[in-house]
Amino acid sequence: MYDVVIIGAGVTGCAVARYLARYEVNACVLERGSDVCTGTSKANSAIVHAGYDAENGSLMAKYNVEGSLMMEPLSKELDFAYDRCGSLVVCLSEEDLPKLWDLYRNGVANGVEDLRVIGRTELKDLEPNVSDNAVAALWAPTGAIVCPFGLTIALAENAYTNGVEFRLNTEVLEVRRTENGYVIETNQGTVEAKAVVNAAGVYADVIHNMVSEEKMTIVPRKGEYMLLDHAAEGYVRHTVFQLPGKFGKGVLVSPTVHGNVIVGPTALDIEDKEGVNTTAAGLQDVTEKSGLAMKDIPLRQVITSFAGLRAHEARHEFILGECADAPGFFDCAGIESPGLSSAPAIGLHMSDLIAEKLGLSRNEDFKGERKGILDAKTLSPEERNELIKREPAYGQIICRCESVSEGEILDAIRRPLGARDLDAVKRRVRAGMGRCQAGFCSPRVIEILARELNVPESEITKTGGGSKYIVGTAKDRI
Amino acid sequence: MEKYNIVIIGGGPAGLAAASAAYDEGERSILILERDKELGGILNQCIHNGFGLHTFKEELTGPEYAKRFIDQVVEKKIEYRLNTMVMDISPERVVTAMNRTDGLFSVEAGAVILAMGCRERSRGALNIPGYRPAGIYSAGTAQRLVNMEGYMPGREVVILGSGDIGLIMARRMTLEGAKVKVVAELMPYSGGLKRNIVQCLDDYGIPLKLSHTVVDIEGRERVTGVTIAEVDSHNKPIPGTEEYYSCDTLLLSVGLLPENELSKTAGVELSRVTSGPTVNEQLETSVPGIFACGNVLHVHDLVDYVSEEAAMAGRNAAKFVRGEVPEDRSKELPIHVEGGPRYTVPCTIDPAKLPEQLTVRFRVGSVMKDRYVCLYLDGERVLRRRRQIMAPGEMEELVFKKSMFEAHPDVRDITIRVEEA
Ligand SMILES: Cc1cc2nc3c(=O)[nH]c(=O)nc-3n(C[C@H](O)[C@H](O)[C@H](O)COP(=O)(O)OP(=O)(O)OC[C@H]3O[C@@H](n4cnc5c(N)ncnc54)[C@H](O)[C@@H]3O)c2cc1C
Ligand SMILES: Cc1cc2nc3c(=O)[nH]c(=O)nc-3n(C[C@H](O)[C@H](O)[C@H](O)COP(=O)(O)OP(=O)(O)OC[C@H]3O[C@@H](n4cnc5c(N)ncnc54)[C@H](O)[C@@H]3O)c2cc1C
Repeated sequence: MYDVVIIGAGVTGCAVARYLARYEVNACVLERGSDVCTGTSKANSAIVHAGYDAENGSLMAKYNVEGSLMMEPLSKELDFAYDRCGSLVVCLSEEDLPKLWDLYRNGVANGVEDLRVIGRTELKDLEPNVSDNAVAALWAPTGAIVCPFGLTIALAENAYTNGVEFRLNTEVLEVRRTENGYVIETNQGTVEAKAVVNAAGVYADVIHNMVSEEKMTIVPRKGEYMLLDHAAEGYVRHTVFQLPGKFGKGVLVSPTVHGNVIVGPTALDIEDKEGVNTTAAGLQDVTEKSGLAMKDIPLRQVITSFAGLRAHEARHEFILGECADAPGFFDCAGIESPGLSSAPAIGLHMSDLIAEKLGLSRNEDFKGERKGILDAKTLSPEERNELIKREPAYGQIICRCESVSEGEILDAIRRPLGARDLDAVKRRVRAGMGRCQAGFCSPRVIEILARELNVPESEITKTGGGSKYIVGTAKDRI
Repeated sequence: MEKYNIVIIGGGPAGLAAASAAYDEGERSILILERDKELGGILNQCIHNGFGLHTFKEELTGPEYAKRFIDQVVEKKIEYRLNTMVMDISPERVVTAMNRTDGLFSVEAGAVILAMGCRERSRGALNIPGYRPAGIYSAGTAQRLVNMEGYMPGREVVILGSGDIGLIMARRMTLEGAKVKVVAELMPYSGGLKRNIVQCLDDYGIPLKLSHTVVDIEGRERVTGVTIAEVDSHNKPIPGTEEYYSCDTLLLSVGLLPENELSKTAGVELSRVTSGPTVNEQLETSVPGIFACGNVLHVHDLVDYVSEEAAMAGRNAAKFVRGEVPEDRSKELPIHVEGGPRYTVPCTIDPAKLPEQLTVRFRVGSVMKDRYVCLYLDGERVLRRRRQIMAPGEMEELVFKKSMFEAHPDVRDITIRVEEA
């Protein structure tokens, strides 16, 4: 019997797990994917919102502002990529100026620091490629960008090394309330827990409705993106949003922490909770809207497109806390944007709430620090040579687009909660994220995975389940 | 720091031929750096025949063709390092590379020859909508899997793009027991060689659908099917023409791009048309002492021409090191194109530095029948060659003779014009 079972290893579940590990607790995370961070947490804008957008007085506002303040120190403690590049909300017409001021006032009320409305000239200086139609902008220097995989994986690894168990490829099929807690049926057997945390993203309604009579509906709201090559680095310096108004609702254009440029998202309610496909109409929409706030976007440099699903609940508000008619069942539902930004704050408060409920005591051995995967590119030539002398694998480049060496890939596989498939390697060290999109390095990475995991190469998948990369050997059918 | 007179980046057919020719020109201080575990480049995975008809007057497979050049390099005891990734080239020709044994090291080069080849365009670059399951490969990746590693990437295949590699792989996958259902090509003509369409598709009854593209990819884990549709003259899918094909594999053969990330670190100017360096008649880039040849310069269909071009780069690099080529480059004239060609390699010429003969290569932008390819010097036609048919998929050439330029000592305008016959 676990004290706590957390359903879902997205950024929310992993944050709850990590902060919960500050207590003496017997906890386990159940995740149906083959890795942590395979749901919405892997496909979003990767913005740490400053917190001016969410409606004053809402949970979204509270957690966003707090999470945003926690993110920078956390990025040092857990060693993930974070960059406070600042954000701009660009206003494209005089008519819309009152809305810009409303946004400013909402931000100030939310407690966002250093907000300012700036005019054309200052805006041009900050962001030279901004549209010529821009009349003013809200400037939020505390806005930031983060690596969403880096954040989620760091939280998970740190939770794991502090004793939280993770069961991957484990899908929750049923949750039942019992005398002293909950029975959870999964495709890998039954587990029991005194408390359950529902952090199942777009499936949070399904899980919630298993135990509560107050039914919940989460609608997947799709957002499609295009990602541009490093060659476009420098085109945009801040996260640039467009103030919804006369020209409609735009898309954001932002640098990523890895030097790419991201453009998107669209917003379309769909029915299929697995509908992460991109569509011709969606990509067309991104293309058209991207030019509103920024000019001459180098869309020729697109290297990939993708889609993510917002876990939208009708009230557009986070649903956080113990379920009224299911004691010991804690919802983290409706976690749409700014869910990534809010994750540290959600983790902190939810874990405290659960600890109080279960009467958990502090874990004196908790170690909050975690060292990420060494990125050899950041070393000086001398340091790099020292490293290669000790570990020659760091001298062998596997992914040529992103200059990822075998040493880094081995680290990704061997570390706690290590990578087991191609996409898991990719999310940890970026092998395959470059302009050739894994054409060259996939066979090499498969070789390394197979060797390390001691399985045949034909067993290695792209992203778990039936996503086999190779279907057999040549000539086996003839 | 180590020093070599010539450092060659890439040990494919271009790098090998350049090294061998530089040696024959008398150069002995040569180093080839190759990131793969063997020499030969892309040819190692091209196990079909049809290589070397021009060079050796016999039909070789890719690896056989490569072996002839590898043997020359070995015989001449030219130095090479394998598993060595070149990471940076400075404008001052300091080449920085890395491998397991030497770590990160730098080499000072008298001349550098870029011979890094090309890479395939990916799905992302085309922005094909749909899911992102396993089972989508570039044709070259599939070729490597099947031919070098003995793995089958899939059983039921749709191919997008009729570039040569896609055509070759249609046949190859069929021979390995897979079912190739269709080859879809966006353009109204094929991007591949005529002989490959006949020998790789027609002979196996594989349909080629021109003016068609993939509009959707199905499958959550592994590809389960793709939808293709006809496109209009603006390459936009025509509603109502969609056709669904169930398959577990989508191969992409949608174009090759010269691999010039390194060239950029050296500040080499690139052509917007070819994505390769702009070079003069020496095959020297905008950065003095840095030469380019093979697929990194412009994408070739036939390796014989790669070898020929690379040998010229090798000889010229050796002459550059010996200081035999006058440094002044202010007299270079651009080669203008009219009536069809999209670019030329080389793209500039200094008439005073021309060899006896110079082969100028180019591609046209669309299919053209019954034309003359002409060379004009200051408006006067000095050369005219008849072509039955020209297509974007086949590289064209025109041989400039020194004598033509000697008759026009003060030439200011060089134009290649394609005219109706
Ligand atoms: C287009 C878009 C843009 C966004 N941009 C931003 C942004 O810029 N900034 C920001 O702060 N936020 C942003 N967000 C929001 C943010 O991405 C999400 O709030 C956050 O990732 C949600 O994390 P999660 O852990 O709750 O959900 P998820 O990451 O989806 O995790 C839920 C997990 O539960 C698992 N699961 C589901 N059902 C079961 C089951 N039955 N058994 C076991 N496991 C199960 C899933 O496999 C999944 O891994 C964006 C979202 C979208 C869609
Ligand atoms: C998949 C494919 C199939 C083909 N099929 C045919 C055919 O059937 N018939 C035909 O006549 N022609 C064919 N061609 C064309 C012909 O083979 C090529 O034009 C020729 O191989 C090009 O030679 P290259 O040396 O320029 O490039 P490559 O053969 O690609 O060699 C480039 C070499 O440079 C190395 N390199 C690149 N970057 C670095 C770096 N940073 N550091 C160190 N080394 C580096 C690479 O590893 C590679 O070995 C094919 C081409 C391709 C791509």
